[in-house]
Amino acid sequence: MKSISRITGKFFFTLPFLVPTTVFSEASAYNMPVGVTEVSKEIFDLHMLIMWICLWIGVVVFGIMFWSMWKYRKSSGAKPAKFDDHYWLEIGWTIAATVILIGMAIPSTSVMIKAYDDSKGDINIMVTGYQWKWQYKYLEDGVSFFSSLSTSQEQIDNAIPKGEFYLSEVDEPLVIPINKRIRFLITGNDVIHSWWVPDFAVKQDAVPGFINTAWTNVPKPGIYRGSCTELCGLKHAFMPIVVRAVEQEEYEAWVIEKIAMAEAEKLLTEKVWTKAELIERGQGVYLKNCVACHQTNGQGLPPVFPSLDGSQIVMNNKARNIEILMEGVQGTAMQAFSNQLSEVDMASVITYTRQSWSNGKNGDGEIVVPKDIVDYKNTVNL
Amino acid sequence: MSTIVETHDDHGHHGPAKGLTRWLFTTNHKDIGTLYLWFSFLMLFVGGAMAMVIRAELFEPGLQIVQPEFFNQMTTNHGLVMVFGVIMPAFVGLANWMIPMQIGSPDMALPRLNNLSFWLLPMAFTMLVSTLFMDAGGPNFGWTFYAPLSTTYAPDTVTLFIFSVHVLGVSSILGSINIITTILNMRAPGMTLMKMPLFVWSWLITAYLLIAVMPVLAGTVTMMLMDIHFGTSFFNAAGGGDPVLFQHIFWFFGHPEVYIMILPAFGIVSHVIETFSRKPIFGYSSMVYAMTSIAILSFVVWAHHMFTTGMPLAGELFFMYSTMLIAIPTGVKVFNWVATMFKGSISFETPMLFAIAFVALFTIGGFSGLMLAIAPADFQYHDTYFVVAHFHYVLVPGSLFGVIAGVYYWIPKWTGNMYDETLGKLHFWLSFISVNLTFFPMHFVGLAGMPRRYPDYALQFADFNAMVSVGAFIFGFTQLLLLFIVIKAIRTGKKASHEVWEDTKDWGLEWTLESPPPYHTFTVQPEVK
Repeated sequence: MKSISRITGKFFFTLPFLVPTTVFSEASAYNMPVGVTEVSKEIFDLHMLIMWICLWIGVVVFGIMFWSMWKYRKSSGAKPAKFDDHYWLEIGWTIAATVILIGMAIPSTSVMIKAYDDSKGDINIMVTGYQWKWQYKYLEDGVSFFSSLSTSQEQIDNAIPKGEFYLSEVDEPLVIPINKRIRFLITGNDVIHSWWVPDFAVKQDAVPGFINTAWTNVPKPGIYRGSCTELCGLKHAFMPIVVRAVEQEEYEAWVIEKIAMAEAEKLLTEKVWTKAELIERGQGVYLKNCVACHQTNGQGLPPVFPSLDGSQIVMNNKARNIEILMEGVQGTAMQAFSNQLSEVDMASVITYTRQSWSNGKNGDGEIVVPKDIVDYKNTVNL
Repeated sequence: MSTIVETHDDHGHHGPAKGLTRWLFTTNHKDIGTLYLWFSFLMLFVGGAMAMVIRAELFEPGLQIVQPEFFNQMTTNHGLVMVFGVIMPAFVGLANWMIPMQIGSPDMALPRLNNLSFWLLPMAFTMLVSTLFMDAGGPNFGWTFYAPLSTTYAPDTVTLFIFSVHVLGVSSILGSINIITTILNMRAPGMTLMKMPLFVWSWLITAYLLIAVMPVLAGTVTMMLMDIHFGTSFFNAAGGGDPVLFQHIFWFFGHPEVYIMILPAFGIVSHVIETFSRKPIFGYSSMVYAMTSIAILSFVVWAHHMFTTGMPLAGELFFMYSTMLIAIPTGVKVFNWVATMFKGSISFETPMLFAIAFVALFTIGGFSGLMLAIAPADFQYHDTYFVVAHFHYVLVPGSLFGVIAGVYYWIPKWTGNMYDETLGKLHFWLSFISVNLTFFPMHFVGLAGMPRRYPDYALQFADFNAMVSVGAFIFGFTQLLLLFIVIKAIRTGKKASHEVWEDTKDWGLEWTLESPPPYHTFTVQPEVK
């Protein structure tokens, strides 16, 4: 019994000293990232300050506690004292705790005020959370695109080895210039998401119907990765954020290229599409936008996500099929895709589902061309 | 037969009924306490099994065992079951057993209500857990069920979830009314409020908190029900509502709720520490004032759960300061426990080991809580595993260890039999090591950037997640040992004396009763000097 308590005492006594020295060295992979912005660095320093204060309070309190357990153990013949209060001691530690807290509150307040600044940025980007991807809209430059996970389903299902940036890579990262004040206007399209990039210390909820702001000013070019941090349903873990910070010139060139690509995309609507071309393009659109719920084999996850394979609507009711894709289905997880997909992508993905799996041979085999979507939009607008 | 004989012959005429009806219709505080405790124990394994599914899936990156759909149902139901099915019923069970014994009364003030408030619980949980077997699947929107994920985007079973929360709320409110009535009206002559045992004090405060916030929770879920079925738009921006309103109302309930889940543990641990330090609790009145301040402050800190929702700067600062204030009364309590041990004569029976671990590990949870209160830093901590580590430290080695300490401390009194001390110590050490192995590394994965409620994660988090899973499995299976210890104590334990522990007469009226105590606790009220 005695030896057990001796070992225990030593174990308890050394524990608080072991932890900080081994793991909490600054800039460790297991500590809060220092980040690259002024705010993220200040938050890191604040975090370390508070943590060290807590650790030392812990060392003192646990030190006294474990020393008392050792010194006043009954097995060594300790006789209990009778006291049960001490007026000045109680007043004293209450005041001490208050003073320490005030000491913490002062730097915290100044960092908070600094981080909180919703004035206009040099570049203002609207960030919209969708189930389960991000949309970035550059308010001044007119660029707009969706950014979704690019890790393949095979990696997630352990069918093939996982890449270095497993679950933290996207098809199209957000691109920002360095040394510019970037203001993010953050909102949600469906449920609440939260846009977090640890290296910028920016985390802001994307609330549908409301716009929150956050800002950053990145001094160093690089790739910065983040995640969605508010539970947003099935694919919450599968909508990462990647930000590429580049020199101003590179940013400008990127904007020009994006605008040119958008123009080219518009021209595609005029083009005459063959069935094979539509199916090929549609497959890409399907894998990016639909596969999360309706699965690669089109069979979905009934009853929440219905099967497209063998669906009467997908096989034989082209008009309703277009309508569902454009408007969504009220009260279900099926969103309206009219403002997420271009006419070409919309037409090709519908064609793809109508021609794939068993639908091609069992259905009416009709294809949907971009003009059908344009016509639909015109009818609705009348 | 004369009336005199009847009043003295408790065992013959006032013993429990036989068979199942004893438990269905009982109005006896000990029977109901026992029901609550066994129910909570059962739910511990249900909620624990869900945690095992979560940890098995998170053992390594990739999706191996369950799909995200089911994973989300597991995290949601694990939280709901542990909060409403384990910690709260366990404390109510202890309250039922101990409050009449500690205040010198024959039973609870409202025995039939007591029966009702227990039997509502199995109903509510049958309804909740049954949703997992339905086509649409169970609730999958997190135990905090933020709208609109829990309204517009919820599975159909959300309605059953709402009703089960309503029933749980009714049960808690009835239980609280009973506890407050008992404490305020049925104390032994001479027991003034400031002479009440700390466990009774902790429950008096907790019961008031419950009465204050359970109706708020009921209001929240009713608003959800209206939004889902009756076309209102409380939480729907498209109809003029506000999803963030949901969070304000939820956390106005939720923050007092977390103190509901810790205050009774404060009471239990105070008793255990004074008993095994053989020295009266240090600063009794400051303990009472500290608990009261914590309870009052709990109503003005709720939005520290919402620092990233887009509050105005003044809001961020107000909630940061008010939250930091809670560290003062909490600190006072920890200092008092340490001062109670100081110059005592300390022995390390199993309840004391759990109580000491409670003080140390709850304090770690308190430190991370203080870090989370720092609003700017919270932008980095929020919704990561750092938060998961924090609240599991206060709930598992906090609340749950408090319950376990109470069970070991009082089980000889309840059953008249000692538990097996060697097995008890083994249970403690396995639990202590594995609980830290489970929850300590979560701080690091959280700081490194892993968000909570993720069924799959980036590769840099793999090492610590594997460690956490191993710890969780050990902790989970170790609790089967507790079940074995409890059953062994009931069936074959050595007989315990009235006092059970050394010189416990000074530590409360319960130790003046026989072990096990008579079916009706104090038929003659004791006198408290």
